[in-house]
Amino acid sequence: MKSKKLLILLLPVVAVIGLILFNACKSADNSNTADAGNAGLTIPAGFSATAIAENLGGTRHLVVTPQGDIYVHLEGARNGKGILVLHEEGGKAIVKSSFANYGGTGIAIKNGYLYASSNSDIYRYKLNDKNQVIDPAKPETIVSGLTNKRMHNSKSIILDNDGNIYVNIGAYSNICSDYDKDKKGCPVLNDAGGIWQFKADKLNQKQSDGIRYATGLRNVVGLDWNQQDNQLFVMQHGRDALHDLYPSLYTTKQSADLPAECMFALKKGDNAGWPYLYYDWMQHKKILGPEYGGDGKKEADSKYLEPAAAYPGHFAPDGLLFYTGNQFPEKYKNGAFIAFHGSWNRAPEPQEGYCVVFQPFKNGKPDGKWEIFADGFAGAQKDPGNAAHRPCGLAQGPDGSLYVTDDQKGTIYKISYKK
Amino acid sequence: MKLKIAISAFALSFLFFSLSAQVRPVKKHRSTGSSIVRGKIVYTNICLSCHMANGAGVPHLNPPLINTDYVLRNKTNLIKIVLNGFNEDVEINGQTYSNTMTPHKDLKDRQIADVLTYVRKSFGNKASSVTAAEVKKVRAAK
Ligand code: HEC
Repeated sequence: MKSKKLLILLLPVVAVIGLILFNACKSADNSNTADAGNAGLTIPAGFSATAIAENLGGTRHLVVTPQGDIYVHLEGARNGKGILVLHEEGGKAIVKSSFANYGGTGIAIKNGYLYASSNSDIYRYKLNDKNQVIDPAKPETIVSGLTNKRMHNSKSIILDNDGNIYVNIGAYSNICSDYDKDKKGCPVLNDAGGIWQFKADKLNQKQSDGIRYATGLRNVVGLDWNQQDNQLFVMQHGRDALHDLYPSLYTTKQSADLPAECMFALKKGDNAGWPYLYYDWMQHKKILGPEYGGDGKKEADSKYLEPAAAYPGHFAPDGLLFYTGNQFPEKYKNGAFIAFHGSWNRAPEPQEGYCVVFQPFKNGKPDGKWEIFADGFAGAQKDPGNAAHRPCGLAQGPDGSLYVTDDQKGTIYKISYKK
Repeated sequence: MKLKIAISAFALSFLFFSLSAQVRPVKKHRSTGSSIVRGKIVYTNICLSCHMANGAGVPHLNPPLINTDYVLRNKTNLIKIVLNGFNEDVEINGQTYSNTMTPHKDLKDRQIADVLTYVRKSFGNKASSVTAAEVKKVRAAK
């Protein structure tokens, strides 16, 4: 009798411990090792990580050339320069020069040019045969005057193999409610909330010269071209504030976990459904948004694009990279790495994310559950103000190593597989 | 010994239940207690998810409410921010913030007075209270 009572009393204790363990094991891969020698990161056994550069500023997206030069874009120009050129030697990357009088996120190399974007324009710089910028002071303007209304204004870019460049133009609103009061259709989608396609070698284009390639995407920061599928993949930042706006429909916990951060495989003309719907990764359903008559259960019109994969709410995917190298073990080949910047809109619930995730792929489609590949960026406090580092950009080096930027302090991490 | 275990088990289970109770907070702004106490409840329900529990905000997105001119100076402007929201390209303590603050007209005069009193007296801020009469005046003025 006594022991039974004790058991009942202990039940919640077990539950709490269970919860803690469950949370700790979310990454499924518990062979990961924490090691100060890995620049404070927890990575799978057999990998090593080093911080090859530190305190660079708000380092966003980056590219690494076959010659081992790194071009990294700073969120805000430092001393009037927004792109840093680093060269890596003996485990350290040293800043060699800097150029571009604008900050921004997007940066890409294709067909002998370095492309880079401010929050409203896209430029390119001709490269020499060593992939060095020939005239850093004289970029060509590819597109200018892209929608830039403060919110979600970073312009990530990627090129295909047919002479096109793609840029996300984020919605300047959380859920369009200020712009679509009568629920007649969200006008933000006319000039934002999607991916636009431009000619990569045509100068001085305006937004109206481009094609709205895909719409209904609230904000995309991480995107990459999948060479196996010859297709654009993007990561959407899902909407905020389900509980704040609809406290009777969503608890703070539900509002922290929902909606999913979605990966989409895009084709021309696709509509991912923002602001009318969101994806619920627990029900595996597209749910009608509460602003448009939803109650957390009603499903949305099936005409909208189904995500290719889904991740928990507010993780903030800022980098996407398909791994095509030969250095990492076979399972990583053609899979996706995703840099999750880390949440803020989970408050008052604990914040999550602040990690690099690996999503296995098979035949060009997500295949199987995602796992945390690199963790520990945030350090002791996983919250946006106090996180030591926040992952943002991803790149693959010539030897197949993975590069990760941190835009909190400006660290560049290099993660390699030791044979 | 057994008693000790039972007590700590009880304490832990209490913790657990209070934790799970937190999952569904009731959005009620109680009218008892001082303005600052009531204001904290409004803050927790309405402002916290963007400006964070400690008022520090979110880098690049949502500004801090710690020693900013907006919080400490002109009360009329401060009240207007809560009533009408805020979406302007401005520097706040040397930084810009890109998120949009939505209007909170639906809050009652007293709730706005309470939450601003709480903000002006918390997070290291030391400024005077805001009264419901002041909010009423600003609301009527436009
Ligand atoms: C959706 C997120 C959000 C919510 C909820 C929110 N704010 Fe804000 N708040 C912001 C943003 C973003 C700005 C800055 C906007 C800009 O720069 O144009 C801001 C600016 C402010 C400012 C002026 C700048 C400063 O930092 O001093 C004050 C004061 C303020 N908010 C108070 C509040 C109070 C009080 C509440 C609750 C009643 C609240 N906010 C709810 C996002 C939010």
